[in-house]
Amino acid sequence: MSTLSERILGAPAGAYVDRDVDIAFAHDGTGVLTLEALREMGVERLPRPERLRLIFDHIIPANTGTTATLQAELRAFARVSGIPLSDAGCGICHQVMSEGLVQPGMIVVGADSHTCTQGAFGAFATGVGATDMAAIWASGGTWFRVPETIAVNLSGNLSGAAEPKDVALTYVARLGMEGATYRALEFVGEGVRGISMDGRLTLCNMAVETGAKAGIFYADDLTLSYLADYGVKASPQVPEECRYEQTLDIDLDDIVPLVAVPHRVDTVREAEEIAGTRLDQVFVGTCTNGRYEDLERFARIVRGKKVAIRTLVFPASRAVLSRAIKTGILADIVDAGCVVGPPGCGPCLGAHAGVLGEGEVCLSTANRNFKNRMGVGGEIYLSSVATAAASALTGEIAVPEAA
Amino acid sequence: MMKGAGPAVCLGNDIDTDLIIAGRYLRTKDRSVWAEHVFEDLDPALAARLPGSVIVAGRNMGCGSSREQAVIALREAGVVGVVAESFARIFFRNAINVGLPVIEATVPCIDGARVAFDLEEGWVEVDGKRCPARPLSERMLAILRAGGLAACWRASR
Repeated sequence: MSTLSERILGAPAGAYVDRDVDIAFAHDGTGVLTLEALREMGVERLPRPERLRLIFDHIIPANTGTTATLQAELRAFARVSGIPLSDAGCGICHQVMSEGLVQPGMIVVGADSHTCTQGAFGAFATGVGATDMAAIWASGGTWFRVPETIAVNLSGNLSGAAEPKDVALTYVARLGMEGATYRALEFVGEGVRGISMDGRLTLCNMAVETGAKAGIFYADDLTLSYLADYGVKASPQVPEECRYEQTLDIDLDDIVPLVAVPHRVDTVREAEEIAGTRLDQVFVGTCTNGRYEDLERFARIVRGKKVAIRTLVFPASRAVLSRAIKTGILADIVDAGCVVGPPGCGPCLGAHAGVLGEGEVCLSTANRNFKNRMGVGGEIYLSSVATAAASALTGEIAVPEAA
Repeated sequence: MMKGAGPAVCLGNDIDTDLIIAGRYLRTKDRSVWAEHVFEDLDPALAARLPGSVIVAGRNMGCGSSREQAVIALREAGVVGVVAESFARIFFRNAINVGLPVIEATVPCIDGARVAFDLEEGWVEVDGKRCPARPLSERMLAILRAGGLAACWRASR
């Protein structure tokens, strides 16, 4: 009679537990402070480096001498300590994790707030800070408060041009930016069956935008067949009767293309309402929407046409990029006039490679539109890939046509 | 560390960690850079008011990115403690881990008012008026008493 989070953490909501973690990762941004904290703690040897990972994604390739030096230090640390390193070009940490590393029932921690993405596999996955990560690397585990759970009950099927991102924007708007603070979101209901693994990753990814600690799906046949492609054998997780703090019902048939407007992710309008908003840049990618399915959807819309404004496409991983090359969709994207960047976070956090100038407006498929995040004085709208593609072709926010 | 007092610097709801320290300042290990640019995108005049102050925020303080630079920036800028109606969970853990007192309480927000707190006793006062603070777990208290997680780790070995 437990929620999936209670089952994985092995205690009822509200309890404090100490648990070993199955995977603990940091990236080039948080890794630097993790290393600093390890030194401050006086830790010289990490007990189980094979469970840990460093993934370079936030600023790759390095943009300044300082960044390059910090990354070189992390690279050297990985070599000495035995931590597997996914260097520049491998992809965004959350995408790399989703390519056969995370399995149902695992406890996963990442020094990045969007670690909740991995709940798509029925894992309990949550973000921590750098010092917490250092203690986890040194000890193999950490403490958790078992979260209460809000059920996001999905029914029906997506139709028209709506996609999982629009569902994510729907639950974020309905719960608000703090509506699920300290809670877990459990995605349940017959509607989950029709949502692909890439779509489930998108849905779990944005859980933290409501303050949630985790977003989680029960592993089902679709999860198992996705993991089987990576040579991973897993068992399904069967939901049982349990107590949810709240249930949010979403009928997928009602979902239409949506846009979060500056500067709050929970301020969401129908794309149709704000169609015609002038744009300077479109950005497709990130841990929310840089997966193969996203690139394929984007390519289908821009194929044989030309984008009207600067359009940046950053595949989420090398595997995504490689597949997009092999299937030819990357050529469609390049021929449409897009700038294709290396697999990584791109300009999402405003550190490099496509930041905005004063007064510039960007439509992004990312998860955050905080004030000035992509550059001082820039404005960020957030949408699905289909809305981004339709908008790139016109240079203003546009409503995508049904697929 | 467990007690503190200072003039209030009032902030609103949903202060995200990008606003506390922008992404463009993250790539350094020089902590003085974070203290220098703290809250730059919210209000460039704010940093000068922080030394010795207590931040009083609304709901969802520190939402967004897990960047620990945000709590380090506040600590390095001389903030004595952060009181908020609620905190984003990673920010909350990070603050305790770097030894920055965080106090969950609903208090009136009056810029410049004298705010005092005692984490052991679990209260916060604004201009002498006492309000209860949500209790911290024994583990969190132990980390704060030690001055942060790294110091707590060293002491336990």
